[in-house]
Amino acid sequence: MTPSAIIKLRFIAFTEKARLKIVVTVKQIPDPNATLKLTSDNRLARDGEVVLDPGDEYGVEAALRIKEAADEAEVVLVSMGPAKAADAIRKGLSMGADRAIHISDDGLAGADALTTAQVLTAAIKGESPDLVVCGCESTDGSTGMVPPMIAELLGFPQLTFAKQVEVSGSKVTIQRQTDVGYDVVEADTPALITVTAGVGEPRYASLKGIMAARSKEVKKVGLGDLGVTRGKPAEEVLEVVEAEKRQAGEVIEDDGNAVEKIVALLAKVKAV
Amino acid sequence: MAKAAPARPEVKPLDFLDIDHLLQDEERMIRDTVRKFVHDRILPGIEGWFEKGVFPKEIAPELGRLGLLGMHLHGYGTLGVSATSYGLACLELEAGDSGFRSFVSVQGSLAMFPIWKYGSEEQKREWLPRMAAGEAIGCFGLTEPDSGSDPASMRTSARRSGGDWILNGNKLWITNGGIADLAVVWARAEDGIRGFVVPRGSKGYTTRDIHQKLSLRASVTSELILEDVRLPESAALPDVTGMRGPLSCLNEARYGILWGVVGAARTCYETALEYSKTRHQFGKPIASFQLTQEKLVNMLLELNKAALVAYHLGRMKDEGRLAAQHVSFGKLNNVREALEICRSARTILAANGITLEYPVIRHINNLESVLTYEGTSEIHTLVLGEAITGIQAYR
Repeated sequence: MTPSAIIKLRFIAFTEKARLKIVVTVKQIPDPNATLKLTSDNRLARDGEVVLDPGDEYGVEAALRIKEAADEAEVVLVSMGPAKAADAIRKGLSMGADRAIHISDDGLAGADALTTAQVLTAAIKGESPDLVVCGCESTDGSTGMVPPMIAELLGFPQLTFAKQVEVSGSKVTIQRQTDVGYDVVEADTPALITVTAGVGEPRYASLKGIMAARSKEVKKVGLGDLGVTRGKPAEEVLEVVEAEKRQAGEVIEDDGNAVEKIVALLAKVKAV
Repeated sequence: MAKAAPARPEVKPLDFLDIDHLLQDEERMIRDTVRKFVHDRILPGIEGWFEKGVFPKEIAPELGRLGLLGMHLHGYGTLGVSATSYGLACLELEAGDSGFRSFVSVQGSLAMFPIWKYGSEEQKREWLPRMAAGEAIGCFGLTEPDSGSDPASMRTSARRSGGDWILNGNKLWITNGGIADLAVVWARAEDGIRGFVVPRGSKGYTTRDIHQKLSLRASVTSELILEDVRLPESAALPDVTGMRGPLSCLNEARYGILWGVVGAARTCYETALEYSKTRHQFGKPIASFQLTQEKLVNMLLELNKAALVAYHLGRMKDEGRLAAQHVSFGKLNNVREALEICRSARTILAANGITLEYPVIRHINNLESVLTYEGTSEIHTLVLGEAITGIQAYR
């Protein structure tokens, strides 16, 4: 081997190592601003307007900020959903993600959290990412179970409720949002993080981004491609019950100590 | 096997003819992006800007970053989106305020377009990327104090002086004039009407803003004064001579207007519809009265027809089948009907309709300008008259 070839190989090895790969899980959900309807088997009707889950927009935003702070990074979206999910994927690509994997299979309709996590994990494994970024929970199903399940299936440490994320070398450090402030938590990569709205307002899909998204790769895969067979659901939604109507408010008459009463009430509901 | 009964088609009060369905995904995304931008960045400030009579210049680079400036051109930092997408962006901007749509129209269609279409390679490289980014603002000097519908009667002159040009004259009603870094000025030369790129700071070139106006208040309108402005040959647009130059630019801008006004009308229709359902008189919402329903329905009809016209002309432009006369059709019909819709909305809001707390009177006042700029309704009527009779009635 000539010396120049060796240098070249080393260079490649170096860039391979420096390149940070971030996978973001994204989901398309019925427009939360519209009235949501249920089907007879307690599933959300998904025939109306659909949007990229606002929680996942924060995931994409967090990943893009990490990418911007890194020397070199790639942001890959992974989404499981029907053909319509392509819109949500395109939105994420328009915001700036580099490419996407769209898992679509008729055999996945009505998948529960565990099935969803298994399928997403299979796709994520194929990417060998340094970091997996998820929203804390989906805005429609809201089980909040999928990200921890993925972390477990991948064998990754998971850092949750991040309002700020920093990747340095092989460490990821987050500020974990709490009721009273935040904890600083660190883990080795590869790791999975879930992010809150604290990571920052999701950027606009600029027109330039929208145009660029046209030519970005969206790989379509089915269950067979991932080598996953769908097992029995681990859970079943038996009933969907509407929240109780709100009670009428309490009127506090000012008999001289109304301030104390209001303060006590606010403290009781942890508003102060 | 019996087929399942098809779902009952949905009727949407805010998109009655389901025009949304006619758009492509990318067009919808562009529309949504501009809509969100207007919601986040323009609506919160517009009452104040309109009342004070200022255009917030700091928004120009934001419009640039979003990709809205010269968005339908190709190369030199522009995006090259479809004409339909450009139209949708104009619609959403004008749903906010005609002043912002005017800014984008002037920058993209009147200032960037002539440089892009008729400019030298040097001019394109010098100006277009900065203009697309919103770092340089352009204006378009055609109209003069005594030369409006008949622009060929212009007095502004360009005469040769050695290898240079000397420009003299006044341009009036120039959108963006006072904040512009460059003006594309049209002047009479020996061989016909020529276009010139006049940078701010050129000796003898000054601007004066027009302040006492009750329309397009969130937009700068100015006079350009040219007194022996000496420009090098490289300032002249090399590739066009004659009225064809400025008229082709106006045709581009008018195309954006016929979309834009649908946005102003939509805002007023939505405002009136909502108001009529929540305002109670005689113990019931005023939407319960037949006269109010008739107003709302007439607004609905004309709003949807105007949107369909805009959409149709957009597709024709994308297919290269759009003639100037088609644009006249759209500008005449859509501005007229938009103004009528906004006025009708005003009667539903009654006194509330005249305050800046609601968008209605602002849109009415803005559309009073839009009705006559870029070709008055009268001129567009006569353009169409000529198109179908073959007889020119405006000379």
